[in-house]
Amino acid sequence: MTQAHAGRHERLPLDPSIAPPGTGTFRDAGGIPADRWHADQNGETLVPTHCCFCGVQCGMYLRVDRAGKVFGVEPRNHDINRMRLCPKGINAYQQVNHPDRLTAPLMRRSRDEPFHEASWEEALDFTVSEIRRIQAAYGNDSFGLLGGASLFSEKTYLVGKFARVALKSKHVDYNGRLCMVSAAGANKLAFGIDRAGNPFSDILLTDCLLIAGSNVGECFPVMTQYLWGARDRGASMIVVDPRETAIARTADLHVALKPGTDSAFFNAVLHVVVAEGLADETYLAAHTTGWDEVRETVESYPPARSAQICGVPEEQIVQTARMFAGAERAMAWHARGVEHHSQGVENCLSIINLCTATGNIGRPGAGYGTITGQGNGQGGREHGQKSDLLPGGRSITNPEHRRQICEIWGIEESELPPAGTSMMEMVWQMQREEIRGLIGICNNPFVSLPNYATVKDGYDALQFHAQFDFFLSETATNAHVVFPVTVWAEDEGVMANAEARVVKHNKAQEPPAGVRTDTWVICELAKRLGAGDKFAFPDSRAVFEELRVASAGTVNDYYGITYERLEETGGIAWPCPSTDHPGTPRLFEDGRTYHPDGKIHMQVVEWHPPMDPYSEEYPLSLTTGRTVAHFLSGNQTRRLGALVEQTPRPWVEVHPSHGFRNGDPVRVVTRRGSEVFPALVTEAIRPDTVFVPYHWPVPTAANALTIDALDPRSKIPEYKVCAARIEAAERIDEVPAPPTAPGHLAYPETQVSRTDPLPPTAPQGRGTAERS
Amino acid sequence: MMGRTIFIDPGRCIGCQACVSACRECDSHRGKSMIHLDYPDEGHSVASLPTVCMHCEDPVAPCAEVCPADAILVTADGVVQQADTTRCIGCANCVNACPFGVPKIDLQAKLQMKCNLCYDRTAYGLAPMCATVCPTGALFYGTLEELQTERPGVQVADSFTFGATTVSTGVAMVVPADKVQWPVPGGLPVVEINGVDVSEANANKGGGGRREGLR
Ligand code: SF4
Ligand code: SF4
Repeated sequence: MTQAHAGRHERLPLDPSIAPPGTGTFRDAGGIPADRWHADQNGETLVPTHCCFCGVQCGMYLRVDRAGKVFGVEPRNHDINRMRLCPKGINAYQQVNHPDRLTAPLMRRSRDEPFHEASWEEALDFTVSEIRRIQAAYGNDSFGLLGGASLFSEKTYLVGKFARVALKSKHVDYNGRLCMVSAAGANKLAFGIDRAGNPFSDILLTDCLLIAGSNVGECFPVMTQYLWGARDRGASMIVVDPRETAIARTADLHVALKPGTDSAFFNAVLHVVVAEGLADETYLAAHTTGWDEVRETVESYPPARSAQICGVPEEQIVQTARMFAGAERAMAWHARGVEHHSQGVENCLSIINLCTATGNIGRPGAGYGTITGQGNGQGGREHGQKSDLLPGGRSITNPEHRRQICEIWGIEESELPPAGTSMMEMVWQMQREEIRGLIGICNNPFVSLPNYATVKDGYDALQFHAQFDFFLSETATNAHVVFPVTVWAEDEGVMANAEARVVKHNKAQEPPAGVRTDTWVICELAKRLGAGDKFAFPDSRAVFEELRVASAGTVNDYYGITYERLEETGGIAWPCPSTDHPGTPRLFEDGRTYHPDGKIHMQVVEWHPPMDPYSEEYPLSLTTGRTVAHFLSGNQTRRLGALVEQTPRPWVEVHPSHGFRNGDPVRVVTRRGSEVFPALVTEAIRPDTVFVPYHWPVPTAANALTIDALDPRSKIPEYKVCAARIEAAERIDEVPAPPTAPGHLAYPETQVSRTDPLPPTAPQGRGTAERS
Repeated sequence: MMGRTIFIDPGRCIGCQACVSACRECDSHRGKSMIHLDYPDEGHSVASLPTVCMHCEDPVAPCAEVCPADAILVTADGVVQQADTTRCIGCANCVNACPFGVPKIDLQAKLQMKCNLCYDRTAYGLAPMCATVCPTGALFYGTLEELQTERPGVQVADSFTFGATTVSTGVAMVVPADKVQWPVPGGLPVVEINGVDVSEANANKGGGGRREGLR
């Protein structure tokens, strides 16, 4: 090491936890170093926290300058991600001081007026007077609340409590409803507990890994290291996905089944397991109920029948059965590809049946997991934000559970509203004017809900609409009041990742003047609604203390988790009933589930076709998903220069057999509408299927085309399959820039400039090299 | 054995561009990424291939060799540095000389830029930003031993042929175990010259025995 940059040394603190990958110094138990705050001579500090985006919850340090502003990111050797980050995580810090941040409440009395900046008093008072007016005229349930699963768990607890105690309305739900509720429902039915059974680290121990309906490489990139780690140790990998994704490309077996046929496939796999005597009858006899019925049902799914339904070779079904059941330890991980269906719960149950019948439950390297999309998709529903759940995962229809919560909240049982409806159903109720006022917190249904025309109609029918957000989302442009709230790095709180490991996010900078925390806004509204005594929470920590107590003794027990313990350990998996309990990374190790009888309740699954029928006019399947550079509705990532440059616009992935060339304008038509995208012509997709990523608003919104059919049990929309056709179009629709708040720049000059949104040839993101 | 360096394993790459973003964040050329991400089999598969500077050693890095201003320094530990801004005249000779297509020229500033193996990080024991964050380990920083401990049986190559020239590099590439040949043909395969199919003639050119050449 000769010349140069010696002077740079002091910018990087020599933290033993920042070890290069591959040097064998990864710590087994992750964690925040004892000296939590590092400072160097330049006054830069590194604040340990986690990524705000997906359910992996990678650890990272935010770099904070002498003036207290976040200005960069440094990888962190946390147990979950061991320094690795995806492009979203690397660029996330740029939203903290982004010029698009809302810094004053926006208000207008009718949608015909433009927004004006208002004082907090004015905005809060107007909101409360509208709540009062609407509830007085049409009843308490005419006002609803929609929360989000990117909120810290403390805030999701507050959302649920606010709706029921301050608003006294049954209508509260959250956008996790669009994420993993099918898996949650299935896990609850089978195991009596709603979470993944194993930690990510178990993947490294498995012999056969089944990944179903999950584009791990793009949606949960940092999880890929566990997949490759397992393969380095000799595990085989089966990927079930209609597209040849980056992980499917290298799998031992890639089953490219037709969208909407998952349970037919897994039933047939189980059929082969039974037929070839590969089921673990000893395990089944000791630990399950319902096996006889399940075995009987799968008899009617011979591989030949399912191969026809799924459009895959029969041998692949047989091979999957032999690989999975023949492995000493096998694991199945799934995500939205099997969950986003009108039979989402059934699909998940069919996978659980396979794991159970082969005895792959509750052992190191053997089990199941669902890969959460949103950062707090897991924690977001555990504490009462979901329409049918009370804190601690209690059921709102269970009299004993209701009594327990009313006691903690200090209200009469008669005051606690019954169960409400799901997010999509609430929109239908808005259309029918049963819900006339709404507060949205941390969600963007104009991009994220299916069948945009219906969603727009529902929101337009609202007499009053308020949104909490830090950027002006597409949905917020419809509101009467927009409250400017903090981004994740300006507050502290906990999230539960896909392993149900609770991690703590730390505050890295003070919010800009004029911005308040969601906690503060909710408590102020509650105070003005006359429930101030029940919402005397100065900060997240105070809410967490109540949440701990409210969850004590339930399946979702957080009582033993404290902020201090989280900082010492780097994360604790619930249930954790006491402060000396280590948490529960792996479930069912003692062979008992959370049902009173301790058994796995196997459920009969019958396949049925998707809700949107194919016809001559609509012969293809349209399926949707993510791209690595963007997160959910894109309200955050579509503002970050590097991510916009990486993937500036959506595309439609089509098989070469349709005769299009790369970049051709292709119109995708469904029964809900039509839109034009550039073609990405690739053999990596089935000829009968087209794919559009969903992070953009109209006129290039995948969700203007998808169907608002719901799973009857989980009420998740059927995003992953609807009938479609494609045709040649004249030109490609423009990608709209994200809406901008008054007085702000859309794309700051300090960031990489936005590229031309209309690519001359291939759409960017999967085919454009970085050259200058 | 090789010292601590970057190993590139295209088989693991998921094309996520975390390396590209991370490179932009790195202090050595903050705001610009020095990584190329190529999609070698577009339309057929989602395969992707990251290229960082290969830090050529033998012959002396072609970019440094051709630089008329002596702006590209090679350090004692084999790192080919980005052009010295006080010397670089922006002539782009290095761009033309590099067989891997690595150096970039900022035409307006008349300055060359390239990956310098995050010298400001590696010199102090930290891994380069790209290899630190790469979610899949497609970019791995460490010694060959460490790589082989993590990935038993992995095969790597650190010399590449371009026509008659063999270039040996400081950065190594993982090659499929069943296709080990040495050195590895570099650049894109030439399949057609003046309408004549030469793919046969080019196949496996230069497969020779420099296996023991691993340092
Ligand atoms: S988006 Fe997910 S995978 Fe990417 S850095 Fe954030 S938590 Fe990690
Ligand atoms: S970060 Fe790794 S996996 Fe992602 S594109 Fe770069 S080399 Fe490939």
